[in-house]
Amino acid sequence: MTEPRLTKKFICIECPKGCEITVTLDEGTIVEITGNSCEKGEAYVRAEITNPTRVLTSSVLAEGLEFKMIPVKTNKPISKAKLITAMREIKQLRIHDPVHCGEVIQRDFLGLGVNLIATRACKKVE
Amino acid sequence: MTERDLVIVGGGPAGMAAALCAYKNGVKDVLIIERDQRLGGILNQCIHPGFGLEYFKEILTGPEYAQKVTDEIRSIKQIEVSLRSFVVKLEPHKILTILKPGSLQQVKAKTIIMATGCREKTREMIHVPGTRPAGIFSAGLAQKLINIEGLLPGKEVVIVGSGDIGLIMARRLTLEGAKVKAVVEIQKESRGLIRNVVQCLNDFDIPLYFSHKIARIYGNKRVEKVAVIKVDDHFNPIEDSGFSIDCDTVLVSVGLIPENELIEMAGVAIDKKTNCPVSSELNTTSIKGLFVCGNSYKVYDLADSVSLDSEIAGKQAAEFLGSRL
Amino acid sequence: MIYDIIIIGAGVVGTSIARELARYQLKIAIVEKEEELAFGVSKSNSGIIHPGTQNSPESLKGKLCVKGNKLIRKIARELGVDFKQVGELIVAFNENDLARLEELKEEGKKLGVPRLKIVGKKWLREREPNLSKNAVAALYAPTAGIVSPYRLAYDMAENAMQNGVKIYTNSKVSEIHPIKSKENSTAHFEIEIPSGTLKSRYVVNAAGLFADEIARMVGIDDFKITPRKGEEFILDKKREHIANHLLFPLPSKTSKGILVIKTADGNPMIGPTAQDGDDKKDLSTSDQGLKKVLEGVNRMIPSINENDIIAYFAGLRPVAGDDFIIRHENKVPGFINVAGIQSPGLTAAPAIALMVCDILKSAGLKLKKRKVFHSHRKKTVHLFETSLRKTKKLIEKDPAYGDIVCRCEMVSRKEIEDAIARGATTLDGIKFRTRAQAGRCHGGFCTTRIMKILSESLKKSPTKITKNGSGSEIVTKERDND
Repeated sequence: MTEPRLTKKFICIECPKGCEITVTLDEGTIVEITGNSCEKGEAYVRAEITNPTRVLTSSVLAEGLEFKMIPVKTNKPISKAKLITAMREIKQLRIHDPVHCGEVIQRDFLGLGVNLIATRACKKVE
Repeated sequence: MTERDLVIVGGGPAGMAAALCAYKNGVKDVLIIERDQRLGGILNQCIHPGFGLEYFKEILTGPEYAQKVTDEIRSIKQIEVSLRSFVVKLEPHKILTILKPGSLQQVKAKTIIMATGCREKTREMIHVPGTRPAGIFSAGLAQKLINIEGLLPGKEVVIVGSGDIGLIMARRLTLEGAKVKAVVEIQKESRGLIRNVVQCLNDFDIPLYFSHKIARIYGNKRVEKVAVIKVDDHFNPIEDSGFSIDCDTVLVSVGLIPENELIEMAGVAIDKKTNCPVSSELNTTSIKGLFVCGNSYKVYDLADSVSLDSEIAGKQAAEFLGSRL
Repeated sequence: MIYDIIIIGAGVVGTSIARELARYQLKIAIVEKEEELAFGVSKSNSGIIHPGTQNSPESLKGKLCVKGNKLIRKIARELGVDFKQVGELIVAFNENDLARLEELKEEGKKLGVPRLKIVGKKWLREREPNLSKNAVAALYAPTAGIVSPYRLAYDMAENAMQNGVKIYTNSKVSEIHPIKSKENSTAHFEIEIPSGTLKSRYVVNAAGLFADEIARMVGIDDFKITPRKGEEFILDKKREHIANHLLFPLPSKTSKGILVIKTADGNPMIGPTAQDGDDKKDLSTSDQGLKKVLEGVNRMIPSINENDIIAYFAGLRPVAGDDFIIRHENKVPGFINVAGIQSPGLTAAPAIALMVCDILKSAGLKLKKRKVFHSHRKKTVHLFETSLRKTKKLIEKDPAYGDIVCRCEMVSRKEIEDAIARGATTLDGIKFRTRAQAGRCHGGFCTTRIMKILSESLKKSPTKITKNGSGSEIVTKERDND
């Protein structure tokens, strides 16, 4: 017995064109991709089906520094499924020492193979 | 009264790009007036990625974009920056009155570039009936509360309008633990970028209602619920299509208005509908030597476009100064 | 301790009475249910100081209005509140209405309204160029003026406090017990508020919308307060000169009609509607209200349109029949009702205060003047009405005057801190006192800064900062409380 075929629709975000791409799946395997106008579109939907990833941006509480919140991001995309777990971790973090833009806040963040980095410099209170 | 070659009002992406370009084109006396305690303007609170692809050829977050430009500004001695400073008056012959903690000074400028950006349209401008309780925020204010102040504006949120800041905030609020119950858009399609609809709403299964509007806000002390209704092609409510959503917070993201009250005070002709200066040529105004750039000249979708537009203003200011020598 | 007088309600009426009574050697308190003063009926008042033209000569409204119009000038000077005598025009659009204008003029004259005159088309064209060409004549009352209703209440209260009056906020009265003492027959009252019991020999009920409920606590139930809603719409300051006078159409039975109102803050205001309801908390605005106001106002000034509107609100008038109720209750000796104070209540307030003094005197209270009464308070600084030269001097004295918080309305950190020192504890309190957040951006840019200043000055967590009292907290959570 074979499962019925399944189609999923995506809006490609690789460029502002926003192609609507239809993917046909057969037992979880991609059998057809239509609607994309370039290769990027195909790569995009393949990733969205197999393992969608996102760069997570947020901010971390600073203590004793010039600003209350220091903006951060993952230096590489992480699995979309991990976003909420990652946020939980970020909320627990505190930064006490000055940072420069791009400085690593946490190496191998949550064991995901990405670094959490500051996206803005922050000095001590003058 | 001091005299300056070029005064730039606003230290966001527009003001900084204009300053750098003017400097590179020969202006060696530049003063940037910024009201905040740091340069960068609204980029500081836009901690999400999506900036810089055109201008820096890499994808940056707002703060990174701001940091890059700020670092360059700070490396140039001839560009002076005055923080926590407000221009309270602009006179037609280019005299600015500037207030900052401890001082009021007047500066006579040979040229001025206005890079004052935008303000957000408010709930009042779209005439939403109902009460006026706590819990109604412009999307940008909510963004500032979360990203700069570390404060969560509410727990159950309805967003009015699908502007980019509203979409970005839908994701941000969700990640911070709030429940975004709906985005309500009166138009037939999103006002925001596609990637924001996909990554900010679809990723978190947040419903987006097109051709719907908020018919009423309820709650005495704090927002309690909103009434939503479908509208026809002329934005008139369709009978019996109404439903209500319980929420404690309403975010308004229905567009931006260029901030041009200062130049209007100086007598520059302003288009009533758009609040942009009426000008024959890019970035100019009806006062010679007074330029407007970035979002106060025209509302752009991307910070990159703001920077590029502002470079033109910087160059024009340099040429204007050069022609006077 | 027993107070001589407790006033219930810290609106413009309650604070005016307190300030007047503070001239005498009396122990006085005001109890207010809201977090700040003037948060009830007064906050949505139009700010018009009426000349007295629209009330019958026999009514309390008429008499107290004309008297109040005279008194307010001196009081405004003493308190440093800006009173501007802008004059009003009651406009007729039909030759048939001319007789009605004459009648109004005669009634006004009987009341003693000074310098009334009927002006014709030519006068109107010259002085009100935006007025509809259909206007045929108007009754001109030059003594009409404008004032900021909440700043008047705040400054009245502050001056009263300077003279020893105590104010209890967040103090909703739940019960009032008239007590007879054993030694003699003099009554005193026990007044229950959340923090305990207050005692007073006399009680003045100036509780606005809730005056009937307060009166019922001592068994007076012969009047009922009906909330009559008025929706008002504020125009951009750019339209400040759309009208040079207060503009009224000929009045109807229930209301003075849809007006064009000049305000102390510069922004013109249009409205109000008049809709009787039964919910004393319903401050919602409606599409119908907007429509009605625009229609009404366009009869007078056709060029006003929806896009001029930058803000709107609704207020509730406390209506108790046709006239004010100001009387000593013989059934409950020592209890004075000041109820149904709707328009022209703001104008009448100083005259009401004098009348209440007389009533108290007749009821046996000894009014002996204090040796020293501080009649003047130092005028509050507002940069938006200060010359640049003077602003420079202020900044030299205190750098915080140069630290602008609200740029739409040009309000400095010093003004915000002063407002807090004078009693503001909420965002609305700051707005009413300083105008910060009242401009075009509606606090989009300055709300976080004001919250921070409030939080630091009051030593409260930002999560405890409210819009207008408990239940209206601005944010729900701080990041570090997770």
